[in-house]
Amino acid sequence: MQASLAAKDLACRRGDRVLFTGLDLSLASGGAVHVTGPNGIGKSSLIRLLAGLSHPFAGEVTRHGAVGLVDERPALDPDLPLGAALAFWRRVDGCVTGTRSAEAMEIAELSDVPVRYLSTGQRKRAAFARLLDQSAHVWLLDEPLNGLDGAARELIEALVSKHRENGGVCVVASHQPMELPGCETLELTRYAESPSLKGGARGGCTAPPQPPSTPTRPPPQGGGA
Amino acid sequence: MFATLLKRDLAMLLPGGARGGSLLPLLFFLAVAMLFPFAVGPDPVMLARTGGGVIWIAALLAAILPLDRLIAPDIDLGTFDQLALRGISEETIVAVRLLAHWLSFAPLLLLATLPAAALLGLQGETLRLLLLGLLAGTPGLAAIGVTIAALTASLRASAALAGLLLVPLAVPILIFGAGSLARGDTGGVAFAGAISLVLVAIAPFAGGAALRSVREV
Repeated sequence: MQASLAAKDLACRRGDRVLFTGLDLSLASGGAVHVTGPNGIGKSSLIRLLAGLSHPFAGEVTRHGAVGLVDERPALDPDLPLGAALAFWRRVDGCVTGTRSAEAMEIAELSDVPVRYLSTGQRKRAAFARLLDQSAHVWLLDEPLNGLDGAARELIEALVSKHRENGGVCVVASHQPMELPGCETLELTRYAESPSLKGGARGGCTAPPQPPSTPTRPPPQGGGA
Repeated sequence: MFATLLKRDLAMLLPGGARGGSLLPLLFFLAVAMLFPFAVGPDPVMLARTGGGVIWIAALLAAILPLDRLIAPDIDLGTFDQLALRGISEETIVAVRLLAHWLSFAPLLLLATLPAAALLGLQGETLRLLLLGLLAGTPGLAAIGVTIAALTASLRASAALAGLLLVPLAVPILIFGAGSLARGDTGGVAFAGAISLVLVAIAPFAGGAALRSVREV
């Protein structure tokens, strides 16, 4: 498969705060990037921008190939048995490999259990089974290791390697380390726009920074008495 | 694709379905029809004259009950995002959901109208006009319901707000649908049907735009 993902001069805004600006990214077939940074820096927002689920504040994203997304929401009906919930997505994706990906994720024996009874890690495995069934070219993984045990982590790392060998593209946003050979790391902090996260204001299109609150003198409109 | 989505939506929304779809709106509808004679007295002439209007209001209220689980759960689950990644437009999603919503409450409501009409002493021409009117009006009620459910899905306390928003928008359908009972001809039914068609045509676009705007928050 031929896949690619590129972002040019990307900026992201949430509410009236600009999270990051000037982000460039270019991944050719087989490429992968690990997005790192502290909580709230905009990793998930970047993933959603790359997926095309939200519009960038500035810049543009170009994608070639179908996009598969795994984030904190598994998109599996909580009341359905796991097998039926995965079967819905197989029908949507026109997938004919049956339960092979559930077996690959070692959740085949859970197919009769309603999704709401599954643990966080089992749901994450199920989300990866859904991703495998989709046979997407561009993988966007938002905190893929959350709730997973050591064995599952190795499984995910192997899946990402195999996906890249097959010519796929992968973006992983995670604050946890991952064993991804030949993978570049993108420190999102370098593009951060917010003064509180960067430790210094840097002109731009952010809202004016709030004046530092002084604990000794409460603002006049607060309080009362 | 259309069939796959519709099958899932119906499984969720039909009574006895996975997403808590129940007979509750229907029982609520019958309860209102049963309580009305107790409240206003058993005078058959009075009941026959006002009973049709009561059934219309009960139908309207029954259509409000499932609104909070129509759209919001799928936003929380990320289902719509996953469908969007697969190139399925929000308009298609909302159109399918609208059809499923109508199928899940309207046919059963029409059936329940028969015992409700018996309780209120409605028969003959009135019953025929009532059934025709409900058949013409319920798609419009479903369209308003789906649109409002999509618009309020990301808000807190959306269930109460959705009910309040639906009522004024449903007034035109109510005026012509229930009004045809007083006039005794099908002109009002035709008007209610026309309003329904317009609402059904608008709903996928309004609801689809609402689903997209939720993502940008």
